[in-house]
Parts: sequence; structure tokens; C-alpha cells
Amino acid sequence: MLRLSAACLIAGVLLSTPLSAQTLRYGMMEDPDALDPTLARTFASRMVFTALCDKLVDIGTDLKPVPQLATAWELSSDEKTLTMHLRPGVKFHDGEPLNAAAAKFSIERHLKMPGSQRRSEIAPIDAVEVVDDLTFKIVLKAPFAPLMAQFTDRAGMMVSPKAAERLGDKFSTAPVCAGPFKFVERVPQDRIVVERFPDYWNKDQIHIQRIEFRPIPDATVRLTNLRAGQLDLLERLAPTDVPQVTRDAKLKLGSVYELGFQSLLLNPAKAGSPLGDPRVRQALELSIDRNALNQVVFNGEFLAGNQWVSPKHPNYVKEYPVPKRDVAKAKALLAEAGQPKPQITLSVYANSEAPQVGQVIQAMAKEAGFDIKIQAADFTTLLDMADKGNFEAYLYSWSGRPDPDGNTFSFLGCKTPLNYTRYCNADADAALQAERGTVDTAKRQAAWKSLADRVLTDRPVVYLLHRKLLWAYANKLTGFVAYPDGLARFTGLKLN
Amino acid sequence: MLQFLARRLALAVPTLILASMIIFALQQLLPGDTATALSGEERDPEVIAFIRDKYHLDRPLPVRYGYWAAGVLGGDLGESIRLQKSVSELVAEKLPVTLELACLAMLVALAIGVPMGILSAVRRGTWADTLANGVALWGLSIPNFWLGILMILLFSVQLGWLPASGYVPPSESLWENLKAMAMPAFVLGNAISAVMMRHTRAAMLGVLGSDYVRTARAKGVSPLRLVLRHALPNAAIPIITLGALEFGQLLSGAVLTEQIFSVPGFGKLMVDAVFNRDFATVQGVVICTAATYVGLNLAADVLAAAVNPKLRRA
Amino acid sequence: MSGIDRDGAALLPSPTVVEGRRVPLPREPGTLRAFWRRLRARRSAVVGLVIVVGLVLMAVFAAWIAPYDPTETDWGAVRAAPSLAHPFGGDEVGRDVLARIVYGARASLGAGLVSVALAVSLGLPLGLVAGYAGGWVDGAIMRLTDALLAIPFLILAIALAAFLGPSLTNAMVAIGLSATSTFVRLTRAQVQALAAEEFVEAARSVGNPPWRIALVHILPNIVPAILVQATLTIAAAIIAEASLSFLGLGQQPPEPSWGAMLNVAKNFLDQAPWMAIWPGLSIFLAVLGFNLFGDGLRDALDPRGRT
Repeated sequence: MLRLSAACLIAGVLLSTPLSAQTLRYGMMEDPDALDPTLARTFASRMVFTALCDKLVDIGTDLKPVPQLATAWELSSDEKTLTMHLRPGVKFHDGEPLNAAAAKFSIERHLKMPGSQRRSEIAPIDAVEVVDDLTFKIVLKAPFAPLMAQFTDRAGMMVSPKAAERLGDKFSTAPVCAGPFKFVERVPQDRIVVERFPDYWNKDQIHIQRIEFRPIPDATVRLTNLRAGQLDLLERLAPTDVPQVTRDAKLKLGSVYELGFQSLLLNPAKAGSPLGDPRVRQALELSIDRNALNQVVFNGEFLAGNQWVSPKHPNYVKEYPVPKRDVAKAKALLAEAGQPKPQITLSVYANSEAPQVGQVIQAMAKEAGFDIKIQAADFTTLLDMADKGNFEAYLYSWSGRPDPDGNTFSFLGCKTPLNYTRYCNADADAALQAERGTVDTAKRQAAWKSLADRVLTDRPVVYLLHRKLLWAYANKLTGFVAYPDGLARFTGLKLN
Repeated sequence: MLQFLARRLALAVPTLILASMIIFALQQLLPGDTATALSGEERDPEVIAFIRDKYHLDRPLPVRYGYWAAGVLGGDLGESIRLQKSVSELVAEKLPVTLELACLAMLVALAIGVPMGILSAVRRGTWADTLANGVALWGLSIPNFWLGILMILLFSVQLGWLPASGYVPPSESLWENLKAMAMPAFVLGNAISAVMMRHTRAAMLGVLGSDYVRTARAKGVSPLRLVLRHALPNAAIPIITLGALEFGQLLSGAVLTEQIFSVPGFGKLMVDAVFNRDFATVQGVVICTAATYVGLNLAADVLAAAVNPKLRRA
Repeated sequence: MSGIDRDGAALLPSPTVVEGRRVPLPREPGTLRAFWRRLRARRSAVVGLVIVVGLVLMAVFAAWIAPYDPTETDWGAVRAAPSLAHPFGGDEVGRDVLARIVYGARASLGAGLVSVALAVSLGLPLGLVAGYAGGWVDGAIMRLTDALLAIPFLILAIALAAFLGPSLTNAMVAIGLSATSTFVRLTRAQVQALAAEEFVEAARSVGNPPWRIALVHILPNIVPAILVQATLTIAAAIIAEASLSFLGLGQQPPEPSWGAMLNVAKNFLDQAPWMAIWPGLSIFLAVLGFNLFGDGLRDALDPRGRT
């Protein structure tokens, strides 16, 4: 047995590679999926892309696009042609130049590659035309307000045409982009390693040699590792752990309210469900005390909300403030609906927080007469159930997009892919077409208001909370800025 | 003996085929498929349809099993759709980790179980025997994941001596590696140590009661020498045989321990794959663990038969 | 030895140890009393019995023992430290941990008993058929059993529980099905050992039909071995239920189960360690009780085979 153990150890030694100094060790909640900007679909992979792949534009802390690979852009007066000017002298990790042809290739790859997750995000693009070496034109089928916001995310990421053609759908095994770090290796479920790209266009601002992304699903364990010095930075700190971080002199806290939301999807179409009656849906909303929910489960760190964007967002519809809890009114509504004790099944994701939220809602709604049964399931089961519309109430979270269109269009438009409750209302649909049809701020805000008029009365979705995204890091790390999209940037970061 | 070996091997094949069929069929019964799990937040219907088509997810069950089985016969365990890596590569990557954990756990189990088993057999009926049995019962009764949590609470949270998780490859730092593996190995080994103690005790009692030991004792061989030179070597065969079986189970049994300590081994790979409906990975890993299990069983049987010819008829 | 509980891989005993040793039934009436006397003489067995009976009583009379409703929330007691009002503290949504421990016994013991009952009721007939019929029937049943044993237990149980939908009942079914192989193998081995015995030969020579021999002559003689194995498997099944609940595949919130409580507690180890300590201790106690009792039962039934 001893000899066997020795053999095991030696096998382990031979099968891994060494580590150099000046390494930022980043603890993440999930193991990212495919590291291909066209195919990627998770929040976790976006965290890695901020190191690997620069975008045409980045997002500023005020949610407006700022130059990254593109330095300037103009939209034609009919809002159907966007001209973009690329930064000169930018190279991909394989030394290939980033020019208009490469940009055209990347955008067309997003549009045409089989299985592309980006196609639906930029579907209104009709054609991409090269104007000169560093200028290209995007021609739209119809005005599309969220386009610039899409370019601040994966749809705006440029890949080396040479590498992409060589690797095809295996691009994710060795991604080649134009970001500050280049890909080194990936051990699934264990680590992703990237190292500083010496020819990066903004290399003076990159002070870290290597980044190791380490997936550690359990929030407590991530924090324990940070405190023990095995990590330098972690994301999605549990809100209940905030006091521990603030108490610890060796740790610092970064935070920003998310662009997404936590919500309750109410499915009126589910046969026999009491939720078919709008009064029952209203009663359920009235029975919930959002602030108490926030306090009990999240130590009051999150933000109570009632819309697809948080009350702090510039596009929040101020005519509809967060409603107060009113149990008496909820009871009256249930009595009026002739259903004093409605039975509802609430589906939640079996992670550490969602069942808690579910149980608090269950206890609150009980006081108004609701009898809620909780069903916790793994996420694939839930997605299957949601895709099929086979649920009554579903505790649903969305990570959010910089443009509110990304939080509404696919959820509330008729026959859109994320519209799990099959909500379809002509007025709401018209409002959604209106908001994406123009970049005019006032016109868009009017559209958000008329969308709220319908959705907040019909309640296919009851918006509850907006999470605060929390990072904890060792105080030897400086230059950390919390971006509203929840992704840590590595530009300007220093390990002292 | 050769005939016996051939017969046993012939029996192992249908067992493995059946195991692969069971796990394959079971996975297809789960709600949702790889496309559901992989279509991401956006849930673009075209993407879902594309994935289903690309990986034959919309074909009938036997056809898909056929695709998989044909691959395996050609030495290809398939590709993890989620991790975009061949399952064989994944296995090669995760096996050393789980193997190291299992080896260390076995070391813990032997270090605790064998001396205790010997002691309780030699001092049968005394307080030492009672104590050893008590420790064995503790090992058998304490839930692994609870012991893991308690150890994290004590050694990581309170004392800060050991990392709560985070596997470090031995090449990077052997010391850090052992520190990270200490708790999972102990938790896993603790349970087996009870089993090893009981096996050792039983085997030693059997040998100590045999004629030649009694003869040796009558000749005046010292008690220590009697135990170490005469009894233990004879008791070793069943201990090794049973130890091998336990080892086989360790490989597949570390699922929860790996989950708690975030050890990136087989168990974690499998659980994540089940939840992501990453069929090829589940299939590949289960087949590998099943083959190891069957192989170690076979080895144990052969070893036992080599020692005791009567068993060859079985 | 069996009931190995690493990770709930538990339900896979080392068959080579269990099989082959036949535990004889005390056949004359006098020996039944002798068996009871032997059982009582083993202090550990008595301790085990006391623990088991105590927990069963706690589960049955939970409504009288628990100081609160186990699902009643009190926003003032969220992760509250133990106090006079809540002697075991409060949980993540302000419920009384003591009340949940008391009621949680129902889920744990229920899961142990029901799943093992299911495993025995499936495994025993299959084992009888395999052992007595022999031939291709035996071969088919044994290959199936081997195949099930070769699949890691927890993976089998997770897949079954995910397929059936997460609930306590389905967790019981998943555990029961996963544990069936153990009883098939044990029964078969016992039957084969018995089939060669003189009294079975005698019964056969008088022209008894096979089903009669199996049911009347063999079955009663293998009951003790099954009983011992069942007791030890209950211990393992309790851990298995806790493991599945720990992964979110067992008891659904807000109903309490020790495993589910531990699952939540692991997020608050630093702030509310009591949330982890009590449910873990309860599982430990229950498993210990069944293990002690099972060991005692085996020794008392088979005084010679005391190993």
C-alpha cells in the first residue's frame, strides 16, 4: 500500500505545472463554461473574458459606453448605420493585427456560427462593411437602441480570425483575443491560468503577471481561503459574511448593486392555478415585505425593488415606487377572488440562498392565507420546467444587462425565449418595440413608463430584490474598482 | 487457476455492459438534457435545437447508446459537451487527484485500523479490545460530511492551521498539497479504519486460534515475536484482499468528501456532470470506476482463490 | 462487517465478509429466550436498543416534546445563539433548532426504516429465486446486482432522486433501490449454503415442490442474517438520507430533516455553529444506536461467530 501511495504521489507530481510569483488568485463561485465569446453563456466565463478578450467598447461606471478597442463611433441620423473607428496598433495574442477585416470577421462569427449565443443579442445587424483598414460600418435592419450596450459585452469581443479559423468550434480550448492577458491553461473545475500579454495596447496599466481563476462553489469556503491567504480576491461574497470582512483588518470589501434582479415569476397559464386570477397575484405581492426579506436572508445588504431595474438606476420608473406590505388588503383581495386559502407551488433553485428566500416568502404569505409549497430542484430540472412553462411560481434571478432592454425584451415580449410565463400583451409589446427603436432618452423613458403601466398591474413577474455584488480582497491588492456589470477589471490592479 | 480466471473475467464483461446501460438509461430519464443545461441564460431556441442536433440528443435511446458504445469500443469515451474536452482526457486529469486522496485515506485507515485490530485481537476481552471496538463504532457511525464540517470549523475557521479547501498540485508545493489533503484524507480514512480494524481483528483471531500458533506459543516464542512473525503474515492475506475491495470503494466513494472540501477529483466531476446532464462524462467516469471496482473485486477473488483452492469452484 | 458509511457509499457491504457465514436460527423455543438473555447481556446492544427506542419515541411524540412548531418563523431569532427561549438556538429563518431536531427524527428514522423495508422486500425474493433456481436466472439476477453495485452509490441515488423529483419519499425509494443489491447477494449466499444442508435434502427427497422448500424450509432459516443486515443497513440508510438531503435531494423546505439542516448550516459555520452541531450529533446518535444494536443482534444470534 505504501508503494502504491508513493506511486500516486509521483503521478500527481508529474501531472501538473509550476507557478510563478506575482500571481493574482481569484476565487469564483462557478467553473466557467466554454471560453469562446461566441459560444459562452455564463456569468462566470464573462469574469475570465475581462482578462482575455477586450471589447469594442467598455462600460463606464455610469453605464455609458467608453472606448476600448474602438476609439470613436457615429450613428447615422436614421439610426440604421453605425460607423466605428478602431484603435490603431492593436494586436491579438498570436501577433495578428486587429483591423476592420478582423472586426468584421468577429461580428460575423457571432452572427453566423452554428450554436452562437450572440446571434439573438445582435440579430438586427444586417451587414458589416469594411470602410478602410481601421474603420467599419454596421448596417442595421431597423434602429436598435441596445446595440452599443451589447458591444460592451461578449458581442463586442474580437477574436483572432486566424486562430478562430484554425480551431473552429474548439476555439475555447485555446482562445486568442486582444485582451490584457493571454490564455495559458485550464484544468476543468480546478483552475484557469492566464498570463500578461506583453504587446497589449494598454500594457502600462497591467501590473499583474498571472491570474489564476479558481472555482470554489461554497461562499464560506471561498472566504476561508481568502482569510488563510490562499486567494487574493473573491467574488460573490455571501451578504451574511460582510461583517466578518469588515472586521478583518487584512481584508477589504468592494460592492456595487447588480444590473439584474431577483423575482417571482407567476404563471397564470398553469392549469388550475389560483394565480390565474390577477387579484391572487396582487395579494401575493402585497403579502411580501421586501425589506424584511432582505434583512432576514441577506442581512439587509441587498436593495428592495419592484421593477426590472433597481430604484437607483437612471431608467427606473419613478411613478411606481416599491409597494409596502399590506396583509389586510391581501386578505381582502383573496376574499374578493373567492380564494381565501390559495395553494401554490413555488419552485426554487437548490442552492444555499434561494430556499431561504422561498421559506421567508412562504411564512409571510401564510399570514395572508396563502399555502405555499416549496420545491427545490437542480438548475437543469428548473430550466426544463421553465422552458416548458410547467410551473406555478418560480423564484428567478437574472444577472442583468447594461441596457434595460436586456432585462425586459426577452422576458415580457410575446413569444420571446425567456418569457416563461407566456405573457403576451399588445400594449407591453408595443412599448418594448418603442424602447429599442430609438436612442432618444426621453422617448425611451416614455416607453419604459408605458411598459410599467402594463407589467406592474398584470404581474407576470413580481420583482423583489436587487443583489449587491460583493467582492472581498486582501489589502495588498490595490486599484480595485467595482463595475456595475459585476465583472472585476484587471487594468490598474496591483499586488503589493 | 487459469480457467477460474477466465471464467471470472467472462462474468465481469456483462456486468460492466449492464452497468453502463443502467446509468445511460437512468440519465435519459432525468428532466432536461445537455441542451437545456447548456443553452445558458439567453435560452435561444435555435441554440437549443443546434446542440440537440449536433450531439444526437433527439435520437431514440438505443441509437444514442449505440453511438456511445461504438465510441467506447474504438477506445473513445466521447466528449464532455460542457467542458469541451474529451472524457478520456478528463479522466486522466482527475484520476490522479482521486487516486492520491484514496491512497492517503487508505494510509490513514491502515495506520489506525491495523494496529488497533491486532491489539484488540491479542488482548481480546480486555479494556483495549473494548476501546478499539468503540473507536471502530465511532468511525462507522459518524457522518462523513459532518466530520468534515466539524474539522473545517476547528482547523480552518478557529485555528487557521489547514486550508478549508483548494487543491494544490504536489508539483507546485508538496507541503501545501499534503496540507490541503490532510482533512479530506482523514475524514475518508476514518470510516475505513473501522472496517480495517474489524477485518484485522477477525483475521488475527482466526490465526491466533490455529494449531501452529499454539505450537509456537508452546515452544516459548515471545508474544511480540509470535504476533509479528507468525500470526500477522498469515492474517495479512485477508486483510490485503479486503483492503483492496475497500480501496475500490474509496475511489467511487469520495463523492461527498470531494464536494465538501472542493477537491477537484472524480466525485466532483461526476456530481457536476449529473447536474449538468453532461451524459458522456457521467458515462465515462462511471464506467472507469465500475471497471476499477470490478477489477479489484476480481483481483481479491483471485488472490483468495490462490490461497484457498476450495474457492475455485465458486 | 457491513454498513460502511463513508459518504453513504454505505450500502455496499464487503460481500465476502457477509456471505458464507450462516447465522443459524434458534430453532427450539428455549433458545429464543436464551437469545434474549444473550442480547441483554451485551451492554452495548442494550445501549443501542435504548438509543433507537428513545429516538423512535421522540419521533412519534414529537408534537408533545418540541417546544415550538418546527416551521414557525420568528424574524427576531434568525441565527440566534442558544438561549432559554431557544435552547439549541435559532436557524437561518428564525425557527427553533430544538423543535426541528425533534421533528427531524421522523424524516431520518422514517427514511432508514422505509428504504430498508423496500430493499428487503425486493432483495429477498430476488435472492431466493437466484439462490434456489440457479442457472441462467441466477446468472441474470447476479449480473444485474453486480452492475448496480459497481455504480457508485451516491451517483445512482442522485440520478434516481433527480429523476423522481426531490422529495423525502423519493429519496427513500432511491436509497431503497440502491440498497437492494446487498440483500439479493446476502439472501442468495445464505440460500446456497442452506440448500446443501441435510434437512433441505430431506425435504426435497420427500417430494416437496421447490417453492415450498424455498418458503417453508429455507426462508425461516435466513431470517436472522437478513435481520442483522437490515439493522446495520438502516444505520447506513440514515446517513444516505442525510447525504441526499445535504445535496438538496431529500426533504423539502420548510419540513425539517437532519441532513437538510446540516446542508444550510454549512453556510453559517462561523456565525452560527450550533446550526451544524445539533443535527450532526443527532445523525451520529441514531446511526450509532442502530450499529450497536445490529452488532449485538448478530452476536446474540450467533454466539460462535463472534469475531
